[in-house]
Order: sequence, then C-alpha cells, then structure tokens
Amino acid sequence: MTRPAVTVDTAVGQGLTPEEYESIVKRLGRTPTFEEVAVFGVMWSEHCSYKSSRHWLRQLPTTGPNVLQGPGENAGAVDIGDGLAAVFKIESHNHPSFVEPFQGAATGVGGILRDVFTMGARPVAIMDSLRFGSLEHPRTPYLTRGVVAGIGHYGNCIGVPNVGGDAAFDAAYDANILVNAFTLGIAPADRLFRAKAAGPGNPVIYVGSRTGRDGIHGASLLASASLDALAEEKRPAVQVGDPFTEKLLLEACLELMRTEHVVAIQDMGAAGLTSSSVEMAGRGEVGVVIDLDKVPLREDGMVPYEILLSESQERMLLVAKEGSEDAVRAIFERWDLQAVVIGRLTDDGVWRARWHGEDVCAIPATILTDAAPVYRRPAEEPARLDELQALDLRSIREPADYTQTLQTLLTSPNLCSREWIYRQYDQFVGGSTVVRPGGDAAVIRIEGTRRGLAMAVDCNSRYTRLDPYVGAVIAVVEAARNCVAVGARPLALTDCLNFGNPERPDVMWEFQQAIAGIRDACLALGTPVVSGNVSFYNETEGRNIPPTPTIAMVGLLDDVELYLTPWWKAEGDAIVLLGRTREEIGGSEYLAVVHGQTRGTPPWIDLEAEKRLQRLVLAAVQERLLRSAHDVAEGGLAVALAECSFGGTRHGARVALEGGMRTDALLFGESQSRMLVSVRRKSLSQLRDLARREDVPCTVLGEVRGHSVVIDGLVDLPIESTRERWRRALERRVGG
Amino acid sequence: MRWGVVVFPGSNDDRDNLRVAERILGDEAVALWHKDRDLRACDAVVLPGGFSYGDYLRCGAIARLSPIMDAVAEHARGGGVVIGICNGFQILCEAGLLPGALLANRSLKFVCEITNVRVETTDTAFTYGCRAGELLSVPIKHGEGCYVADETTLAEIEDQGLVVFRYADRSGRVTPEANPNGSLNNIAGVCNAGRNVVGMMPHPEHAAERLLGGDDGLKLFRSVQAWVGRDSRSPRREPTVVPGP
Repeated sequence: MTRPAVTVDTAVGQGLTPEEYESIVKRLGRTPTFEEVAVFGVMWSEHCSYKSSRHWLRQLPTTGPNVLQGPGENAGAVDIGDGLAAVFKIESHNHPSFVEPFQGAATGVGGILRDVFTMGARPVAIMDSLRFGSLEHPRTPYLTRGVVAGIGHYGNCIGVPNVGGDAAFDAAYDANILVNAFTLGIAPADRLFRAKAAGPGNPVIYVGSRTGRDGIHGASLLASASLDALAEEKRPAVQVGDPFTEKLLLEACLELMRTEHVVAIQDMGAAGLTSSSVEMAGRGEVGVVIDLDKVPLREDGMVPYEILLSESQERMLLVAKEGSEDAVRAIFERWDLQAVVIGRLTDDGVWRARWHGEDVCAIPATILTDAAPVYRRPAEEPARLDELQALDLRSIREPADYTQTLQTLLTSPNLCSREWIYRQYDQFVGGSTVVRPGGDAAVIRIEGTRRGLAMAVDCNSRYTRLDPYVGAVIAVVEAARNCVAVGARPLALTDCLNFGNPERPDVMWEFQQAIAGIRDACLALGTPVVSGNVSFYNETEGRNIPPTPTIAMVGLLDDVELYLTPWWKAEGDAIVLLGRTREEIGGSEYLAVVHGQTRGTPPWIDLEAEKRLQRLVLAAVQERLLRSAHDVAEGGLAVALAECSFGGTRHGARVALEGGMRTDALLFGESQSRMLVSVRRKSLSQLRDLARREDVPCTVLGEVRGHSVVIDGLVDLPIESTRERWRRALERRVGG
Repeated sequence: MRWGVVVFPGSNDDRDNLRVAERILGDEAVALWHKDRDLRACDAVVLPGGFSYGDYLRCGAIARLSPIMDAVAEHARGGGVVIGICNGFQILCEAGLLPGALLANRSLKFVCEITNVRVETTDTAFTYGCRAGELLSVPIKHGEGCYVADETTLAEIEDQGLVVFRYADRSGRVTPEANPNGSLNNIAGVCNAGRNVVGMMPHPEHAAERLLGGDDGLKLFRSVQAWVGRDSRSPRREPTVVPGP
C-alpha cells in the first residue's frame, strides 16, 4: 500500500489547525500516518471533542439523588422507582437536515434511538424540536415537508411513538434549520449498559449493517464547520437511514443484553468505528487492536481511511466476554444480522488499527480523548444588544379589534396547531401513550407500574436572542412548567445547545450566558442535566442562528391516572389564573406577528415565584382539585384561553380580565410563572387556600360556558370555525 | 382461548396485541416466530402492524413468503380465525387470503389519527359481539391504507357483505370527508367468504384501555372469544349486514 506523505497541510485538510497538528507530533514523538491524522481530525473535531464547550459545560449541575447516569455516556439515566430507570437524551442533526432534509432528519432519529438502546433501554418515546426559516422563504416549505417526513419515516418504521415536541418558524433560521431529536427508553435500573471497555483479551464485535462509503466526514465536516452556499454539494456526507435494520438491531441488542455476555457496547455514530472504539478503550483505560480488513464492507476496494471514518448507519460495536463469541453470533443471526469479531482488547493502552496485519494507526487512546484540546475562546457581549433591548411601549399602537387580533395570532406560524406535523407520526405504537402531542407535555404510562412519565421540550429563541441568560432560564422553567401542567414532578433534563460559530466572541458570550441561565434554573428547580449535545457552527455565510439552548425535561407522575390535559372538561367549572400578569410585551409573539418587531427584554422571571407556582399546581393535582391545566406561554392569556377551548369537547369560556395595564399586554403579554386552570366551583376555596399558602396570586377569571371564547368587552370568538382555521393554518402554509 | 401473534422482522404492534390478549382479556397468548411452521395450537392468529421486512418492496409482499404463512393459510382454510391489522391486513391481501389490495394514501403521506369506523356486518370473527351499524373510535396509522379492488371484485365484496368496517363521520355517515386515505367505498376492513379471516387498517389493539384514550377496540377482541367459543351445533346466526355505503 502506498502511503501519502503527511505534512501540516494534510492535517489542515482533515479539519485540524496547524497548532493542533504540532501538538500531535509532539505527543506521538513522530510524524503521524495519514490515517492517524484523519483519526485525530474527527476525534478532535468540535462535534466529537466538545473542545470549545467542555470548559463551560462543567458549570452545569449533573448530580442528584435520582441520577443513575450523568453526561459522558451514550445517554443519561434517572431512577423512576419500581426498580426502573428512564434513559434519555436529545441530539441535533442540523446541517445534514439542511443539506438533505429527509435523510438528515431520519438518521437524526436513528442515531438518538441507538444512543438509548445502547444503554440497555427499550425506547418508548420520541420527541422532535424543530426550527425552520420564515414561511415566506422559498426553501422553508420544502425543508419542513422533508424533515417531518424523515422523522416520521424512521420512528414509524422502527415502531417507537412520537409523543411530542415543538416547532417554530423564524427568518433567523432561513439558512440553518435546527432538527433536534429526543428519545426516552425504560431499562431495569440495575442493568444499565455502559461504553467502558474492560478485560484485555476480550473480543471486540462488530454488529449491524455493513460499512459503506456514506457519511464520511459527516461529523467533522458537516457538524463542525459553517455551511456555505454550496451546502447541497455536501449531500454525499449525509448518511442514509435504514430503520428496518435498526429495528432488528434494537431487538437483537435487547435480547443480548438480557444475557451476561456483554462487557461494553457503543453505537457507531459520529466518526463511526473510530470514535466508538477509541471512546470505549479510553473510558476503560485499556488498549484495543482492530483488524480493519475484517470489517464487513458494502463494496470492494474500500481503504482503511474510509473504513475508519465511514458513518454508515445502524452499526454497533460491543466488547463481549472471552468465549461468548458464538453465543453473541447466534442471537444476531436469529435476527438475520451479522456479528463479526474484528479485534481484541489489549493491556498496553494503545488504540491500534491494522490492515492485513500491518499497523496503520497506533495511538495511545488517552491522547485521542483526554488530551484533546480545550479552548477558552474569547467572549464579548454583542454591541447591538442594547439597541435590541430598547422598546418604547408608547410607540406600539394597541389594536382596535381584539377578536381580529386574536384570530390573526391563532393562525400565525408559531401559534397555530402542529397537527399537520404530528399527524405524520405514529403516536400509538407501544401502547403507553396517555397524553398525545398537542398538550403541554406528553404523558406515557410506565408499564407494570402505577406511574407515568411526562416530557416536554422548550426554547423560545426570541427570548434567547434578546437575553440569552434569561431566555435559557425560561427555557428550563417552561419545560418544567409544562411537565407540572400535566401533573408531573420535574426530575431531570437533557439539553441540545444549538449555537453559531464559537470562534466569534459574540457567539461565545451567548453560549456562556445560556449555560449560566441553565445552571441557575436547574439549581433552583433541583433538576440536573443528565445528558446533552452541543451543536456549534450553525452559521451560514457569516450569519449565525440565534442562541437556541433546547431543553427537554422529564417528569414523574406517581399516579398516572391523575394526569391533566389543557382542555375544559365541563360547563360551569371556574376558570382560574394562578400567577401574576405584568405589563410586558418584549419579545412576544404578539409584538412579532402584529407589529413586526422582535425587541425589548424577555418577560421577567423570578425563580422563587416559579417554584411556588409549580409546588402549588402539584399540590392541587395531589388533592385532585384541578380539572384542566395549561401553561400560559407564547400568545399570552388570550391564546391560552382559546387553546383550552380547542379540545374534543368544544367547551367555550366566558371571562372578564382586569389588569390596570395596556390591554394588549393583558391579553397577549407572556408573563412567566402563570397557569390557567379549571376547577369545580366547590373546589375553589380549597384551591385559594393552597395558593395563599404558596403566596401565588389566584384569580377567578370566569367560567367554562357556551361555544365561544368571550373576554368581556374585548373578544368574542366562535370556537368551531376558529379551531378549524387554527388546525389547518400550517398545512395551508407548508402545502400538501 | 389461546392467541398467537406472528412476529415478522419489522413487526411493531406485536407486543401491543399480546398485551391485550394476555393482560386485558386474561387469555393465553404466544408470539409466533416467522421462521417457524407451527401455530402452537392457537385458536386465533393475529398478524400485527408494523413494517415487515421494512416494506421496502410492496407492503406485505415479502412477509407472505415467510415459513409461518403456510400454517396461517392452512388454519384459515380450516375455518380458524385469522386477524390482520394494518401491515397484517396488507399481508393477508398479498397472500390472497383476503380480496383487494392496499395502496399509498391519496395524500401520499403517513396519517395517524383517531377515526370512526362503522361496523357493517356482525357475522365475522372480529365483529361477532358488535351491533350492526355500531360506531367504534379506533386509531389509524399508516402510509399505505387506501383499499382498492377491481370493479368485479368490489361488486362481489359488496354483494356478499364482505365489507366489515367503513370510515364514517361522528354521526355514522359514510362521507368523503371521513375517508382518511382514499379507500374505495370508505372501506376500512374486509373479510373472506368464510368470515373467519378479517383484515382492517385501524388498530383495535391501540383502543383497548380507557387510560390510553378509549376501549372500543376491545369489542373486536371479545368478538373473537365469542366466535371461537360459540357452540358449533347451534344454528348459524343469520348474517346482519348494513346495506352498502
């Protein structure tokens, strides 16, 4: 085999900086081979090494009494009682989805599913958090249709229900969409599998699909660099998903994990065979030797470089106990999958890749993992922020017709129903879904127990753009509040930190602010971060996305039968607002949709007040006082009242609002820490007592009545026709 | 009674059907592996939903060639109960055990929603315990559920009362708006001439518990219990058939 001569240019071609190359030469004490440079290129890429974020991520609280596994493994895990663990994680697949929306999004789902079942958990729920450009942008409908179809295709085919998520449209994502996928699985708490290799001599076994030339450099080129006008030319770097094979892999792996043959297991995701074998060896502080010529290939003529870097999907690497080879093979063959021994663990700490007996790489594993560079990049508050935060309320003219304004909001891209999206997802498979998409949070029951799990995903990037610290705090507390609205106690979260180019000081500042916000909110609520993902370089031709720290919160219901939905239940019930409305419209949907502005400061957030509200609602759930509950969020109180009226029963609302403030702020302001609930008349005094104890304002607004939403003197909205327009608005805009 | 649920590679709702049979009905239930040739003395066989073999060819086209399908066909010929749900329905059509075929939805999109289906005949293994004209709230979730048949076959199906379910609106009217996938005559499920083999696109196993949104689907599973348990010596019930769409 002829070997290309390696120079600093080779390294730069593989995504390394000249300084990084120098450090590699110094640590190895020699010139690396071409394959070694490629391996460093992917392992030290932003995507795999977290080199720009690692230092800051250490600030996040990651421990707690329920935490069974924090960040650093394939997924996080928390104890949910009855001897069970909830295993979950969220991950981005942004650039691939922009380049090829269907496959990019589909493989995003495939990857996060593998992360979860690698831990020994059967995936039971998917959520997706999507950010698209303006619906006026010619490419947006195409991207939206492709991404939604791709997410649906993978989840539907593998048979895991999609139970919730969120989607928003904003011109700031025109050239860089976000596709974040979340999966939650259930595992026996005492049988979590980890990716830590142990036992020199133990076989390294390759299972699943064959390796092809697809997805080479998906992680290092697509996910660790900015996009440019030639993005579509990078299509070959996007992997192609095969959910059927993954379904077989899932069933075979779970079957294998019920045996005692497995020592460690890891998904071959970003940087494929390289990162999975390096990380397993690094975590276990052992060496490994991989015979690349034994790797099952899809086509002839593939060279070591391609085999090492391929990101072909639906592959796993596992370390088995010596002597278990035949047993492992038998299980996979039953599912028509191959399991091939491609290497062994060694005791020299060296990660070695051989090609027909000859070393092509021999690198101490810890150099690839622990010695990866950590950058503390310069950070600086963006200059334009003061100007954006300035909002003179006197310049905002109040609407003349509030019924009309409310209708406009309810059919606007970010407030209309998401049914067009989730209608394309199987929400039923698995037989666990209690609250399907469309509520504040999804609820699933935990089979064989009385308990249930709630999950919600949240991030308002108007808020984060105006103030990344406050925006991140609100993302956390709102995801938690959504869990509380269905009756669940927030347990822990996973985050997907989508940001622009970290080499820009303003982006780095946004990142640091967001981390601080997540940290403070987590500490206040007692919800640790157990897993997550950082996606930098969401930048196209110099334009960065707004900071988007997506938060997926998981909560627990001790009695799943006590779950709540937002929808009114019975005529005559009292409608009550818990929490205080302030005169604030900064960063609101109303300001954006009606006045065409995203400015001002995000709503005020007081973490103590938030905690009291959440405690109050959970106490009221335990006392069975509430008939419905809905978080008051984007679109404010008026939109929340309409949403509560859009359930299957078609009950309306008749309320009177008093505020001593601008009417638009009263109706559409997005003050935090508020919950709209309905209760039986006879439960009112008990609810008032609880609210007094927690010092939360408790205001009876009116009652469930008729078939319209009536806000005295301001709004009179017929439910049936409005609901139909709200339901169909997205389909009309996205087309087909 | 004893239920068998076939597990093809790519079956997804197998566990849900087993759960209904075992945990809710309290019956015996076994998973039948596609590579086996023995139905293990099951009274009723369910072909569950999912994407057998990835449905990369025509839906159900490969699954029908599985070793287990010979036994399923023999069971059906002998009058044994065979139920196909969603992908299972597609497989039964591919195997020639049921008339017609299922094509891509008119919208060309996967659709997941709760539909109302009207029971068109109570003289089948899957509707024996229902009332004729009864409306059931049952979810669908499929990309290829548009039921079609050639004109002659369709006429035969209608004349012989082989249509078991039709999509209907809330008040039981069979309307174009209530048709989620473009199926001819709003057909959601059909049976064979012996009325022991029934296929349907909606998923009764996902409508079997109130906690999960409703239990109308249980009536269909209970119908199989009644059908299997009926006294074969008693006179056959007169078929009750709702007139055409």
